[in-house]
Amino acid sequence: MSAVLPAAKSGEVGAQRIAFVVMLAFFILGPLVMYPVFLMKVMCFALFAAAFNLLIGFVGLLSFGHAMFLGTAGYVCAHAAKVWGFTPELAILAGAAAAAALGLVTGLLAIRRQGIYFAMITLALAQMIFFLCLQAPFTGGEDGIQAVPRGRLLGLLDLSNVWNMYGTVLVIFVAGFLLIYRTVHSPFGQVLKAIRENEARTTSLGYNTTRYKLMAFVLSAALSGVAGATNALVFQLAALNSVHWSMSGEVVLMNLVGGLGTIFGPVVGAFVVLAMENYLATLGFWITIVQGAIFVLCVLAFRRGIVGELGRLMRKPI
Amino acid sequence: MTEIFGIPVQAFMGQLLIGLINGSFYALLSLGLAVIFGLLNIINFTHGAQYMMGAFVAWFLLNKTGMGYWWALVVAPIAVGIVGVIIERTMLKQLYKLDHLYGLLLTFGLALIIQGLFRNEYGSSGLPYSIPSQLTGGQNLGFMFLPNYRAWVIVFSLVVCFSTWFVIEKTKLGSYLRAATENPELVRAFGINVPRMITVTYGFGVGLAALAGVMAAPIYSVNPLMGENLIIVVFAVVVIGGMGSIMGSIVTGFGLGIIEGLTKVFYPEASNTVIFIVMAIVLAIRPAGLFGTQK
Repeated sequence: MSAVLPAAKSGEVGAQRIAFVVMLAFFILGPLVMYPVFLMKVMCFALFAAAFNLLIGFVGLLSFGHAMFLGTAGYVCAHAAKVWGFTPELAILAGAAAAAALGLVTGLLAIRRQGIYFAMITLALAQMIFFLCLQAPFTGGEDGIQAVPRGRLLGLLDLSNVWNMYGTVLVIFVAGFLLIYRTVHSPFGQVLKAIRENEARTTSLGYNTTRYKLMAFVLSAALSGVAGATNALVFQLAALNSVHWSMSGEVVLMNLVGGLGTIFGPVVGAFVVLAMENYLATLGFWITIVQGAIFVLCVLAFRRGIVGELGRLMRKPI
Repeated sequence: MTEIFGIPVQAFMGQLLIGLINGSFYALLSLGLAVIFGLLNIINFTHGAQYMMGAFVAWFLLNKTGMGYWWALVVAPIAVGIVGVIIERTMLKQLYKLDHLYGLLLTFGLALIIQGLFRNEYGSSGLPYSIPSQLTGGQNLGFMFLPNYRAWVIVFSLVVCFSTWFVIEKTKLGSYLRAATENPELVRAFGINVPRMITVTYGFGVGLAALAGVMAAPIYSVNPLMGENLIIVVFAVVVIGGMGSIMGSIVTGFGLGIIEGLTKVFYPEASNTVIFIVMAIVLAIRPAGLFGTQK
């Protein structure tokens, strides 16, 4: 997938700084006009989508099974908080660690093939995780893990208060977002982009491309895990829909709508897709039809996505 | 009663039969995917939805026009194939110059639309479709009871698979197809209409999916979601076999059906996941797939 992101130049950094401030202001002031729980969901999924974008946008790998990291981390976090009595920060870390470990195993298998095969392999592995979650004793099957306690952050801050929870999610989201931004613009990120453009040539320059791809995959899995674990705490629920293939499709849709390979695209895409779901919730199954139609429309006529088009108009990648 | 590995023969054979039935569908569907992929370089995510549409066409024919199973075997593949041709002409055609992943995303979107529309209209409980009168009943083989319809499905899908293999590998038409898979520009230079060949190939692959759908209708009920999870299993089958060889798709399809059936006998908890586990093992040992060549 071709994406436009050459090495950052001074003007582009300026545009990206402005965009970052706008984003931050949006999530700080957002609760004045929107439900805080909805915005927390947006932030969790924005982080999930940005972690996914790290692979598709900057390494050129389309994972069609990213829900397995989101869902697994959600289950582990919920179990740790509810059964083992972990504090929220440890529960989230446990979820992220589980997702990273799963990312290591599935990544080792999936990066052995490229392109379409990579997509099919990740989808199939995620389906296997779905069945494991359906059958495993600790996940609660169809019911999921309900009434997960939010607990006290570091033993001090009571997260059952919505504003404490909101602030925590905001900090987690911004930290994750900046980590991805930093990764993309680091020497490591440059190698990833080189692999996307021409893997054979990158190998010939002496880089072990397999190891780079695996590291990117594990990082993406771990950050998806942070998103999934946080989401489980917000909704106090870990359920099967977060490991289902339709969730993997949804994160692809968020990136497609926002703009593949852009910095802010996943955030915009997550907001648009979730807002649409909220708005169309009463329509039942029409939601999948609308989502499918957006897929088709984006692929045929709007491949740059919202942020990609904006960046093109401004002549600066954002 | 005789036993095999401590399992009664009848239970063993029953699961083996179910495995062969599932294998027939895996083989037919992965064959269609492989044929489409060979020429279009697109992995057709709509395949599961098109399989479901085949079953629905059979149901429509029976309930609205009174045309039975045998008519459906002919009409459904053609009808769904025509829908496929329209999709190829209007949408997929525009994507050939782009990254192949866009084809996957487009067909995924189409699958969501088609499955959503059918679910809106018919719910998700499924509609009954009875076995054609000529194939009801069964044979007592002494060690097991073999329903006629199931025997028919296995035999007929083998016939379809091997006919497809024969056409592609042994006829002149097939040689054009294989040549166009290798080098479309050169084949065009010889005066062969490659774009039309691509359209017909997609229509044919989709028709195979619809044919599988008609055959499945009397076994599983006609259900808007019948293709949804199946297609993911078929993807795993395709990864295991590798899409390079037609015979490979057929052998892998049946083989994995049997493995899945046997897993139901010996360790039922893993029957949902065994194909994915096989896929992981194959990837670890032979990443290109059993019959594939890594490009």
